[in-house]
Amino acid sequence: MATSAAVSAPPPTGARALVLRLCNGDEVARLITLVFASSILLVTIALVYELWVTSALARHKFGFGFLTSSMWDPVTGQFGALPFIYGTVITSVIALLIAVPLGVGAAIFLSELAPARLSSTFTFFIELLAAVPSVIYGVLAMFTLVPLMRDYVDPFLKKTLGFLPIFSGTIFGYGYLTAGAILAIMTLPFIVSISREALLEVPVEQREAALALGATRWESTWQAVVPWARLGIFGSIFLALARALGETMAVTMVIGNDPSIHASLFAPGYAIAAVIANEFTEATGDLYLQSLVGLGLVLFLLTIVINALARLLIIATTRRGSAHP
Amino acid sequence: MKKSSLWLGALGALVILLTAAEAKVLINAAGATFPYPIYGKWFDEFGKTNPDAQINYQSIGSGGGIRQFTEGTVDFGASDMPMTDEQIGKVKNKPLHFPSVLGGLVPTYNIPGVTQELKFTPEALAGIYLGKIKKWNDPELQKANAGAKLPDNEIVVVHRSDGSGTTFVWTDYLSKVSPEWKSKVGANTSVSWPAGLGGKGNEGVAGIVKQTPNSIGYVELIYALSNKMAYGFVRNSAGTYLKADLDSVTEAAASTAKTMPNDFRVSITNAPGTKAYPISSFTWLLIPSKIDDPAKKKAIVTFLHWMLTDGQKYAGALGYAPLPKDVVAKEEKQIALIK
Amino acid sequence: MTLRNRWRKTLSYCMLSLTGVCAVVAVSLLFLILGILVYNGWRSLDWNFFTKLPKPPGENGGGMVNAIVGSLEIVLLATMMGLPVGFMAGVYLSEFGGKTFGFLVRYMADLLNGVPSIVIGIFVWTVVVTRFHFSAIAGGVALALILIPITARSTEQFMSSVPQTLREGALALGASKWKTIATVVVPAAYRGIATGMILGVARISGETAPLLFTSLNNQFWGGGLTDQTASLPVMVYSHALSPYDDWHRQAWAAGLVLLLGVLLANVAARLILSRGIALQK
Repeated sequence: MATSAAVSAPPPTGARALVLRLCNGDEVARLITLVFASSILLVTIALVYELWVTSALARHKFGFGFLTSSMWDPVTGQFGALPFIYGTVITSVIALLIAVPLGVGAAIFLSELAPARLSSTFTFFIELLAAVPSVIYGVLAMFTLVPLMRDYVDPFLKKTLGFLPIFSGTIFGYGYLTAGAILAIMTLPFIVSISREALLEVPVEQREAALALGATRWESTWQAVVPWARLGIFGSIFLALARALGETMAVTMVIGNDPSIHASLFAPGYAIAAVIANEFTEATGDLYLQSLVGLGLVLFLLTIVINALARLLIIATTRRGSAHP
Repeated sequence: MKKSSLWLGALGALVILLTAAEAKVLINAAGATFPYPIYGKWFDEFGKTNPDAQINYQSIGSGGGIRQFTEGTVDFGASDMPMTDEQIGKVKNKPLHFPSVLGGLVPTYNIPGVTQELKFTPEALAGIYLGKIKKWNDPELQKANAGAKLPDNEIVVVHRSDGSGTTFVWTDYLSKVSPEWKSKVGANTSVSWPAGLGGKGNEGVAGIVKQTPNSIGYVELIYALSNKMAYGFVRNSAGTYLKADLDSVTEAAASTAKTMPNDFRVSITNAPGTKAYPISSFTWLLIPSKIDDPAKKKAIVTFLHWMLTDGQKYAGALGYAPLPKDVVAKEEKQIALIK
Repeated sequence: MTLRNRWRKTLSYCMLSLTGVCAVVAVSLLFLILGILVYNGWRSLDWNFFTKLPKPPGENGGGMVNAIVGSLEIVLLATMMGLPVGFMAGVYLSEFGGKTFGFLVRYMADLLNGVPSIVIGIFVWTVVVTRFHFSAIAGGVALALILIPITARSTEQFMSSVPQTLREGALALGASKWKTIATVVVPAAYRGIATGMILGVARISGETAPLLFTSLNNQFWGGGLTDQTASLPVMVYSHALSPYDDWHRQAWAAGLVLLLGVLLANVAARLILSRGIALQK
């Protein structure tokens, strides 16, 4: 007769189970770390809640008109977000127009042509650009970039392309173009870093196949390698865009602080983050303050959407890269 | 383990920092940039003679001063525009306005090649800020400046980007001398500017004008003086061209000294008198009428007495004008109203 | 060689050189920035800067000692609040994370990472400043909120990269899960975790926007943690906007100090990480 030496008792249930679980070190560890992890969740929810609630007055008064009105007049209590949305978008677009060709070009060089050590050294220095605090970019922009734009770049553009409305009008030095230029420098490292990684993921067979078919080095790069990595490159562009939209200090210091919409890029304008930085501590009256918080909410939503798109694109690249043999 | 000793060290440093905060009465104030240079000097000097009180003043603009005062995040505020009845109604602790000093707003400019001092008519200033006078060699400007060689350059207009009592004084003056300005823009701490770019604070405007050729901005006299910037004559209501200085600003207040209302809220722009500078203004400290903390109350009251006596002596050297004697006497009586 | 082929070859040569130029421009930007800051800031770094308090506007010779100490105070507060939370959250995500909950936390952490720092400033203002006034603590909370998601994600990343075999080996020897984490996984990943922490702290020490309406600024030493506190980035901002040459000078000097601190931390962090990888090989 075979009887088991130790008959296992039925597993404990109910309250006893709970107590036993708590005595287990692993469970305690799990609970503690769970609490900390859920704090992230709580903070984010609280953030959205506070933004929503503290902009209630403005949202109720203006509704969606808040987004389309271009009147920002604290005296009469009229607040419209359009000049700021315009300024934020325009400066970011200018930044991308400058940074994308420069960044993708650099990324191509670093991934395709440069020997490995040069590539990593250069990338190291370029990535350090991302560590420079925004206020320092602001100081540089104010004292170095503004005179440069005002005395050389803007007059040159006005002389050669002055027939275009975007390059006409008084030259201040401060304005959309200068803000876009400093944003370009600030977003460059993101484009270079992520595009370079996307390009490095491209299987070497792609390039070799193109070369075997008689393509020049450039043709194989541009027509075979880059398209393969295009999702990652677009992802880097979206990420850079998200950073540019939320950039505060550097933009505040050179955009000129004029809450109106101008066609000319030389003109002063305003951006969402800049007006919040300038006017938050002095917004007299609840509607004024809540309109500024409403602007913060708009910026928040904008950056979430763009960031989400960026991540989707970057994930899609890596997944695609690893899916192929 | 290295990590725990790091935390302990950090904790220790914090304890030292906390206990190092001396047993002083710490007072926080915020507001106008217009009087910031003299306030900075005052709080520094007052701290030397009264070392147990420390007044930290943040120059964030009159709008900020009124707002922070209303919220109660500062112990007192400062503004170049007296609080409106509506704003006063929002404060639980009714504010007492204490004029601290007199100042003058000057049109400061930066025109390459022009070294002589320009004369501005009220129409010229209104026209420039309305965006109608676009170039320096406009006839309106040439008219008053026959000898000057004004260039054919576009005027870069600079105004304030923040809620500013200085803006109020400037727009108040423009509203008085230009009906078009009054109907189109009006007077307030923050207006819908027809033209130009915005600088933050008197400092910001001065900074931009100093670095930008062909620009014009409005700043308190001291900002133009201490930065060696050119500023112009302004024609007053009697037709005389005057520069802002101790005498002309004092003269502007002289006519109102006798008729000063009890709450001290008054505007002295475009004051009558041949020697009165037209863009002058008082600037006020906003003191709560009830201060709970006895130590803070004592410090603030002491400061107010100091300001009305010793403090006034610093005004002239810094480009401001001291308060008229009648006003000082009236203010001394108001100090007693602080509970 | 046909004309077309010659054209293609020339084009190839030109375009590739152009990319090289792009790379050189990108790299030289860093040195240009550093150079300008050193040129303008070096001469302004005098003994006064490190030892004196700011002087009233218009007077020369002041310093930023309160801002330097204030920055250290606020960053220290943020570090003490943010690093443990971020680290623990990262541990959860990599070791315990459930499918849906883990995904949610990860998503929210990435979301928080992407929020502009000024919006974080607004949030802290509505929650902390309205109750406790402008203070170093409020500034610390704002910076901590930026630090937490960065730390959580980087901790998770480095802990996940520890090979599963190490964990299994410890478990096979009878260690409980939490013991495995504490004594095997964390030490294996500590270089990466430390790097992530250093980079995070470097990042928050340069942040200005969230401090603008949480800790505000102070001309003097202030009353400790519950009072307005000066900080380097805010001082750089306010001094740069002023018209006084002396203040501009100080802004450059402060900018240089700030930049050097941040860059040194970044370089140190990367060196730690790369040496760790080299050692493992």
